[in-house]
Formats: sequence, C-alpha cells, structure tokens
Amino acid sequence: MSRASAPDSGPCIALAIQGLATTFATSAGPVRAVDGIDLEVRAGEVLGLVGESGSGKSVTLRSVVRLVRPPGRIEGRAIWQGKDLLAIPERELLDVRGKEIAMIFQEPMTALNPVLTIRQQIDENLKAHTGLGRGERARRAIELLDLVGIASAAERLDAYPHQFSGGMRQRVMIAIALASQPRLLLADEPTTALDVTIQDQILKLLLDLRDRLGMSVLLVTHDLGVVAQTCDRVAVMYAGQIMEVGPVVDVFRGPRHAYTLGLLGSIPSGGAVRQPLRSIEGTPPSPSDLPPGCAFAPRCAFVTDACRRRRPDLVPVGPDHLSACLHHDQVVRAAS
Amino acid sequence: MKAAAPALLEVQDLAKAFPLPRPMLQAMLRAPRRSVQALNGVSFAVRRGETLGIVGESGCGKSTLARCLVRLIEPDAGTIVYDGADVRALVGAGRRAFNRRVQLIFQDPYSSLNPRMTVRETLAEALHVHRLRPPAAIPDRIAELMDLVRLPRDALDRYPHEFSGGQRQRIGIARALSVEPTCLIADELVSALDVSVQAQVINLLLELQERLGLTVLFVAHDLRLVRHISHRVAVMYLGRIVELDRTERLFSTPSHPYTRALLAAAPELDPTRRSRTAAVRGELPSPLAIPPGCPFHPRCPYAFDACRSDRPELYSLPGGGLAACHLVTPPTLERAS
Repeated sequence: MSRASAPDSGPCIALAIQGLATTFATSAGPVRAVDGIDLEVRAGEVLGLVGESGSGKSVTLRSVVRLVRPPGRIEGRAIWQGKDLLAIPERELLDVRGKEIAMIFQEPMTALNPVLTIRQQIDENLKAHTGLGRGERARRAIELLDLVGIASAAERLDAYPHQFSGGMRQRVMIAIALASQPRLLLADEPTTALDVTIQDQILKLLLDLRDRLGMSVLLVTHDLGVVAQTCDRVAVMYAGQIMEVGPVVDVFRGPRHAYTLGLLGSIPSGGAVRQPLRSIEGTPPSPSDLPPGCAFAPRCAFVTDACRRRRPDLVPVGPDHLSACLHHDQVVRAAS
Repeated sequence: MKAAAPALLEVQDLAKAFPLPRPMLQAMLRAPRRSVQALNGVSFAVRRGETLGIVGESGCGKSTLARCLVRLIEPDAGTIVYDGADVRALVGAGRRAFNRRVQLIFQDPYSSLNPRMTVRETLAEALHVHRLRPPAAIPDRIAELMDLVRLPRDALDRYPHEFSGGQRQRIGIARALSVEPTCLIADELVSALDVSVQAQVINLLLELQERLGLTVLFVAHDLRLVRHISHRVAVMYLGRIVELDRTERLFSTPSHPYTRALLAAAPELDPTRRSRTAAVRGELPSPLAIPPGCPFHPRCPYAFDACRSDRPELYSLPGGGLAACHLVTPPTLERAS
C-alpha cells in the first residue's frame, strides 16, 4: 500500500483517508457507522465505493468533508493537499469544501433550491469560489450548462429546478458542483433515482468530465454494474469496514473476499437462466451489534474459527489489491 | 416451456388514462382536460406455468398494467380474459374466485402489510375470507406457509416492523400464496431490497413456481433480473408494448431500437466490455404529450418520415416474436396487404 506518498513510487494520491471512524449516539448506545477505514483516492481516478444499505459508504463520503451533524463524531484523518480536513478550523475547511472538493447527491430535487433559478444557484457558487466579475460569471454559467450537455443553455438558465426532468436536474447539480473547478468530486449515488437510459447518459458525462477536467471522482453506489462500467478501482464496504479494494477488472474477475464473491453471485449475469442465484444467506448485522471477528463471518460460506476470533486486517493479496479475508485464496478459486 | 400451453390470461387493447385536475381558469376557458395516457392499447397473452417479464422505464405503464389486471384500477377500454372468462364482467362469486386465483404482490412490503396485524393474523384473514380451510385446519396451513417461504414459525406472532425488508417480502409472498393462487403478479417484487437479499427472494420465487406450477407476471425495471427469471419478455414504452419475444432471443437479437438502447444502457457486469458513448440520446417524453407516430421516434437514431406520422403496430417477427417498428416491417408493405 502506498500510504507513504513517495513521489517516485506508486500513483499520486489526491485524498488519503486514514483510520476514519464515525460514531452516532443512539438510544441503543453508540453506533459505529464507519469502523476505522483506510482508503486513498488517486489523482484523476474514479474510485467506486460499493456496498449495501447501511454499509457506511455514504457516511464515509460525508465524513471526509465533515458533513456529519453532531452528535455524530468523526475520528481519524483525511489528508488533502497536506492538510487534515478533519482537524483544520471550520474557516479553512470552507476554502476546500464546495471549492476544491465538490459534492453531488442522489436526489437533485432536494439538493437544489426550489425557489432560485439555475442562474442564481450557479452564480452563488461562482461568487463564493472564484474571483470572476459579473459578466464573466454570466458567461461561465452558460459554459457550464453547455459542458454538462444542457441544450440551449442561455434560455434554460432562468428556469427553476421543477421545470427540469430528473436527468436534467442531475446535470444542473453537476454544473453547479463544477463551477468552482473542483479537483475531487464526491458523488453519492448520483444515478440511483434515474431511469437506466438516463443513468447511462449521466455516467458517461461524469467520465467525460473527469477526462476533460482531470479531476478525481469518489463514486458511492450500491450497483455493481455501475462500478464495472465507470470506475478504475473499487472498494467494497460491509458493516462500516472495507472488505476488499483493488482495480475493477481484478476484483470482478478474481474477487478475494467472500462477501465480494457473494455480492457478484447475487446478480444474474445472463448465464444460467432460471437457476438459483448464489445468494448470501441471512441479513447484514446491526451496526450496534457487530460480531467480534470478521463482520461477515455469520453469513460466510468459508468461515472458520479464526474468522470469528479476530477481525482480519486488510492485507495485500495481489498487485494493488487488498483484502480483509483470511480465506482469500479459497475465495478466488471458488470464483473461477 | 411448451409452446402449445394454452393462454391462462389474455389481454386485448387495454387502455387507461388518468385525467388531471383542471385549474379553474382553464375550466372557464373550456380548455380540453389533459390526461396522463398510462396505457394505450396493450395486448398480450400469458401461458399457463409461464413467467412473462414486463420491463420498461418509469412512466411506461407497467405498474398501471399490473393493477388493471387485478382490477385495482378499472381500465377505460380493452378486455382481460382469464381462463376463458371475461374478467371485467365478473361479479359476485366469480369475481371472488378470480380475486383469489390472481394475486398481486407489491414492491413495498412496508406499506402493503397491515402494521397492526401480526403475521398470523394477516395470513389467517386471507384464509377466512376465502373460506379455503375449515377454521380448525387454519393453524396447520399457516405453519405450512411459513415453511414454504422459509420463515421461522416463531415469527408468526410478530408485527411487520420487527422484520427486515427481505423477510417482509417473504411475508407478502406467503400472504399471496395462502389463498392458493394460480397466477402471481409481482410488481417490482425485489426493487426495494439489497442485492444479496434480492437473490434470496428470487431463488424462493423460482422454487415456489416450479413446486406449485404458478404462472407469473414479473413486472420490473431491472433487466438482469427479468432476463434471469422470465420465459418471455415484453418491453413497454409510454403505455405500449414495443417488443415481445422469447427471453434469449430478445436479449441476444433485440429488434426494436428502444429495446436495443435499453439493453445497451443497462450497465454490464463485465468491466472489460465498456462503451464510452451513451446508448440513447434525449429524455423520456412526458406521458401527458406522447409524440405522434412512433412514440420513440424523437430519441431513435433510425427514425425516418413514416416514424413521425404513422404509429407502427406490433408486427410478427420471423422468429415468432413481435415488434412495433417500421424498420422491422416496412409500413408500405403492411398497408398493401
């Protein structure tokens, strides 16, 4: 793992998440939604963070830019350009959040302001994060709508969010996020609410923008198909922990964690029609009541006593490929 | 699936529009009342023991269709024939028998189960209403149903909120099966569930279908799931079926440009097979203003003049499927015949 960012070895790291843990106080006691994860986002890559509901993927994304409301508590470090985003004062954070690091959400209708025109909302971001004058801002707003593929941009600028369809709203939200020319885009299930043909358009747009603007993207999704088609690397989350991380092709071809294998087997891939799917028995554990060893042990087909005793570390299992599974050799054999 | 199996459920030209409320000014101006055209003449047949998948994006009318079939929504026009009887004309005992034999399972088990009834009460109610068992035999039947959907029997005295999403969907299936239906209509059965739990419910559905000889109408937007469990698939777009064919042929050689676009847009699980161009341009038109001619023509890369003026009917394909596209059968030929 190239945590020590030696300039000549390994890829350039944009964001390094170290020992991130996010805890919420509930009536049933503290719940660790994110349970101590290490993850790096490299310059120019699309990193997928995939998991089922409650796995902590969205909380991870929000924790990085401190969008977790008290009594939620964030521990660990998120190193961005030499600064720890989790430790710097709120004022300094404002120079990063929304500017160098922008975010888009699942439901654009709730993230956009319904009573402001698109022009006002883009202008707001341009005013806050760039030094452009009024005329330049107006020109830039049109450029941005063009960039995200909204036809007749100049006329659409004075429309309100409700006048756009779901896919167009997501494009508008991306335009607003891009106004500050971010180096990293945090995307939280950006296409989950969209129809499949519109999802396809938005994902292709994100890839184009990544290439043209050279930014990194951290894409949270529950859809392994989206990961396969969009991401360079993928991190698989379960019960607030990272189970496996590696290049998308390697993880899909040769999964090295029993959970990843189960997840891939749960999705029909067009092969054995009407045959039973390789499902995972049981349900994810409650985050307030995690088993002592590997969180996946109670549902795992490869489980042994060693798995139940101690939580396995995330260790290298191949080139650029890490897994927190004691039986990763057996898993990869079962996959092929 | 034997091709000779007779049709259990036959639908002809089903149509349903939902009128919109008319603002007062427009009423005073006597402007025509606008309506959402949810179904615009849908015809198909489901054979006994078959699974017919119905796919489409939001607003294509697939859920309206499911609800029309069980008469939760009264269609405006068209016929539904179930086992030889005209469903829309059924009254009294005939209607009750139909209600029992065709069961709808909803997407959201959270809202389709009564939160104040235990699982036992929910299942017992269905059995009482249809008088399928003498009261003394009901407890045994309930236990049997729990085994059938693989829920522990001690779950019987718990309330819906005490279960996970997947378990709740199993309760929904048990409730539907309690009245011994011949046909299940599953409307987005597993869309609300996580993938690992989805697979459990799909496996259960496949197993139950084989064991009980059920006919299934599987309405969903997830192409991978529909492909996995359906014998035949109908693709809907803006209230019409645009293509209907055997599953393997529809997925390997789709005929309608919309089917092709839909298949290309669905993200494939193989990361080595990527495309960087979007499968289809444009947005879904509003069902308030369905384009004239072929409803897909504004987004279709192959559209020509006839597509903008004449709406293509469902033509028979050489292999036995149906597709509503002028490119499949040129309109001039069709008019001449």
